[in-house]
Amino acid sequence: MIKKLMGSIREYKSASLKAPLFVSMEVVMECIIPFIIARLVNQIKAGCGLDVIAKYGALLIVMAALSLTFGAVAGSYCATAACGFAKNLRKDMFYNIQTYSFENIDRFSTSSLVTRLTTDVMNVQLAYMMIVRTAIRCPLMLVFSFCMAFLMGGRMGLIFLVVIPILAVGLGLVIRKTMPLFKRVFKKYDNLNSSIQENIKGIRVVKAFVREDYEEKKFASAAQDVCNDFTRAERILALNNPMMQFCMYTVMSFVLSFGSYTIITTRGLALDVGQFSSLLTYSFQILSSLMMLSMVFVMITMASESAQRIVEVLEEKSTLADPENPVREIPDGSIDFDHVSFKYSAKAEKMALANIDLHIRSGETIGIIGGTGSSKTSLIQLISRLYDATEGVVRVGGRDVREYELETLRDMVAVVLQKNVLFSGTIKENLRWGNKDATDEELVEACRLAQADEFISQFPEGYDTYIEQGGTNVSGGQKQRLCIARALLKKPKILILDDSTSAVDTKTDALIRKAFREFLPETTKIIIAQRISSVQDADRILVMDKGTVQAVGTHEELLKSNEIYQEVYTSQNKAGDDNE
Amino acid sequence: MNSRKHIIKRLLKTLFEFFPVMMPLVIVCILFNAVVSSIPSVFMQNIIAVVEQNWQSGDWSAVSGQILRLVSILVTFYVLSLIAGFAYNQMMAVITQGFLMKLREKMFSTMEKLPIRYFDTHNHGDIMSYYTNDIDTLRQMISQSIPQLMISAVTVITVLSIMLYYSLWLTILILCGVVVMLLATKKVGGSSARFFLAQQKTIGKTEGFIEEMMNGQKVIKVFNHEEESKKAFDEINNQLFKDAESANRFANMLMPILANIGNVLYVIVALTGGTLLLTGAPNVSISGMAFSISIVVPFLNMTKQFCGNISQVSNQVNSVVMALAGADRIFTLLDEVPETDEGYVTLVNAKEVNGEIMECADRTGMWAWKHPHKADGTVTYTKLAGDVRLFDVDFGYTPNKIVLHNITLYAKPGQKVAFVGATGAGKTTITNLLNRFYDIADGKIRYDGININKIKKADLRRSMGIVLQDTNLFTGTVMDNIRYGKLEATDDECIQAAKLAGAHDFITRLPEGYNTMISGTQDNLSQGQRQLISIARAAVADPPVMILDEATSSIDTRTEAIVQRGMDALMVGRTVFVIAHRLSTVQNSDVIMVLEYGRIIERGDHQSLIAEKGKYYQLYTGAFELE
Repeated sequence: MIKKLMGSIREYKSASLKAPLFVSMEVVMECIIPFIIARLVNQIKAGCGLDVIAKYGALLIVMAALSLTFGAVAGSYCATAACGFAKNLRKDMFYNIQTYSFENIDRFSTSSLVTRLTTDVMNVQLAYMMIVRTAIRCPLMLVFSFCMAFLMGGRMGLIFLVVIPILAVGLGLVIRKTMPLFKRVFKKYDNLNSSIQENIKGIRVVKAFVREDYEEKKFASAAQDVCNDFTRAERILALNNPMMQFCMYTVMSFVLSFGSYTIITTRGLALDVGQFSSLLTYSFQILSSLMMLSMVFVMITMASESAQRIVEVLEEKSTLADPENPVREIPDGSIDFDHVSFKYSAKAEKMALANIDLHIRSGETIGIIGGTGSSKTSLIQLISRLYDATEGVVRVGGRDVREYELETLRDMVAVVLQKNVLFSGTIKENLRWGNKDATDEELVEACRLAQADEFISQFPEGYDTYIEQGGTNVSGGQKQRLCIARALLKKPKILILDDSTSAVDTKTDALIRKAFREFLPETTKIIIAQRISSVQDADRILVMDKGTVQAVGTHEELLKSNEIYQEVYTSQNKAGDDNE
Repeated sequence: MNSRKHIIKRLLKTLFEFFPVMMPLVIVCILFNAVVSSIPSVFMQNIIAVVEQNWQSGDWSAVSGQILRLVSILVTFYVLSLIAGFAYNQMMAVITQGFLMKLREKMFSTMEKLPIRYFDTHNHGDIMSYYTNDIDTLRQMISQSIPQLMISAVTVITVLSIMLYYSLWLTILILCGVVVMLLATKKVGGSSARFFLAQQKTIGKTEGFIEEMMNGQKVIKVFNHEEESKKAFDEINNQLFKDAESANRFANMLMPILANIGNVLYVIVALTGGTLLLTGAPNVSISGMAFSISIVVPFLNMTKQFCGNISQVSNQVNSVVMALAGADRIFTLLDEVPETDEGYVTLVNAKEVNGEIMECADRTGMWAWKHPHKADGTVTYTKLAGDVRLFDVDFGYTPNKIVLHNITLYAKPGQKVAFVGATGAGKTTITNLLNRFYDIADGKIRYDGININKIKKADLRRSMGIVLQDTNLFTGTVMDNIRYGKLEATDDECIQAAKLAGAHDFITRLPEGYNTMISGTQDNLSQGQRQLISIARAAVADPPVMILDEATSSIDTRTEAIVQRGMDALMVGRTVFVIAHRLSTVQNSDVIMVLEYGRIIERGDHQSLIAEKGKYYQLYTGAFELE
């Protein structure tokens, strides 16, 4: 895991190394300064002259200046290293996600990817900063202060050998107790936040059912639960402070009483007054570095959970790859399914598609109809290789789809997805997803075909109208038509509409199909729909049921021979046919 | 943005409001801790002084009494400080988490009471970040910054008075040093805080961008748009890096800068002290002591302590600035105006005695509107029937853009009223008005003869079931989600409702049947299945009026026919409003209203509308237009 993460340091390696280097120089200064100060105090006490004080003063000021420089430089490098590391992590994750296949995408939920890219990276950034700053600082400080304490206090330094293990065990216990608690509560906290999100999204339902009080109560108890766990963890963590104080006080009391005794009984031979007060300073330094170390440790443990989640994203390998010598030319829009079976995951027992054998000529219009869950979408997703067939071969233009370069294939096979999205930006920008070099005329033409031009020109700003995130400021039908126009701009050889006109009224729907027929005669068109009217003028209609093609034929043929088709037809035309 | 002072005041007020007992207690503990922790240094100096005076004597017994007495006083203070420290640390943990919880609850209950308009006009991600980013900024401020500031304030005051006790000149010198430190904090810390605020904003932007991209990841793949999205991401990612780097750089530099100003100050004090000592300058102090080594040495130690405290305070600048910005945003949420309700007509259980409707406590299956008349103090009861009438209703989401004009319609109990029309014609808007998600601008809506403005909103909504196109289920089992419609429904009732809605079949095929966990955002249910569950949810509520807004749009027509049979059975004698673009869904309605640009342009049943050969006829035949 650590190795994987370290791979993202890259150009910030030098900053990551320089930071601790300067930190250690700063630490050296920080440790020497009290030493010199102790000497100065002794000199003053001995009644030295001003010149001596000035000499020491000058030395100290130089050292302070150095310490400041080192500290500031270290801090700056440290910021660069940590933020740069975080930047690279985000970049690597985002880039890797871009290589994901549909199968990979299905494995992560959107909100979890967002958290991983933001909160988790921030946690790691903070921990990294801490590591760079304190990984050297604390141990160095500890060792140095330790040596000085022994140097100054002699036998009295032994007190630390008693206190430090006590403190270490105490801190260790605290960490061990709190970690599992924190892990658990963070999960609960995530759930709490997702329930808030549900409420924001579903506020109409909450209000329609007058469930405000119910939701509040539910929320309050969940919040209370989170609060209880957090409080328990934080209360244990809050023992750190008094524990540290206790150790410090013990050391102080011991040093003061035993120190005074030693000085007086040995007449300052074993320990003099100057050493005595420096000993106190070093005691303080030792304990505070220990404290810092424990805090860093807590932080790293907490960040490791985040790190784990980041690595998961980084290590996810795309399940689809370009072949070695990809074909970059697609001859025509014919499609063949040769005994194709498909399931979404290797573990799944049931095939989503079973033994599909289907041949579509270039330029044909195919309608697909079938109930919810009949795998209509699964079928068409295999054509542009959004998923790979489990068994059998899918061919486009006579070649196995796995022989094409993915980009070529997807450019030539345009899919208008069922769950489609527009992106924040102007209509023009959104349309140019289909072809970034499209001229304004081409945009208008595609929109005419998709019957979108009319409503777009009614917007005050026309094609420059800004689409809000998620396309919330256009209606469902308008959104679908924009998505179709966007796909048309690719000038594909195969165009697939996956229930893409469900929110478009029937008349417009018919106009779109008419336009396709007139202006895209060469393009193979596959139309999945719920409405019979959307498919009835297709060359052939597939009736799908439970992952198989149940029947193929024209509207008239199916109406005569196929039971499902008949049922669907009557359900949609009931009132028109018999006088109910 | 409110003034900082105002926000601090309000934040503290809220703290005291939430913890009226604990807050004063914890403050006492913190102050006590600060005082008793700063006193030992005085005794420490005393001990050192005693040792200094006697170290050459080599006679321990002569001073042992004095030293031991000082040490025991010291230990007493230590113990007191430990107790106070323990107490306030524990209390602070409770207060911090408790405060965050109570604040969250308050935000949530405020949010739940806000009108629909608020949710329609605010970005959902923004609302969400009140609960995540903004709350998080408060955590550190309350648990660390506040106690730290208090402790430092006390320590600074005590140390300052002790300093004055010794020497005025040196104290002034130190105060000058403090001014320099504060200036440095203002400069460096200010920059850091500014960048942290900028960073916070960029994080929000990044989050929005990532969310959008992750949501559209499949579209990105289909359009081979990976490179462009990478480019866009790099741009925003670099901005975040720049802000974060600057913020952290300044924050990291502040500590060494302050620490070394402290060191320099130390040297200056030593030099000045030495000079004064040698030149024998007169001292001004509270104690009236003349300059001596026993003044200069403790003074040097106090300088260190003093500067340490100032740095501690300065170090909290970032967290305080960020917390105040967070608190400001949270307060704006808390200050939003909740949905108002002046309704006074309530829905009560009723029974019929001798042809008269009486209120009763038990559930009778019969409901009545209780209508108190203020003028004469009488109360009339009207049976809940589900008769809805709109008279010349006008409405606009904003006052200057009217989207519904002169809508008049009668829906008698038991009738099925359908709205058809292009998107944006105002179909959904009408239903928004019926249950008063929005209030009409002009005209009147009467429910069983009562103006709906007089009806309590909760009761009005309880009497109407609504199924929306966006299903919005909640985390919980399938059973929980169905029961949402009627919290006291038994399992049997829920299953019955699921059967009516045509959902029973697929639910039993789920891995754990009715106990399968589902969530609001992602699971294996298809949109159609979710719609079936939400129909069952409305069915179990069994309301006299039902609104189906594109409720079956994602269900295939065969299943829809099954659902419809069930619904028709359920809705006998009840009023139903149906919105659908699929004409097959609305064909068997009693009345179909054809809407265009916010006006009803045609009305009648299917046959008469077909006969009329108007818009509806066009739509209907348009569906079958072959060429």
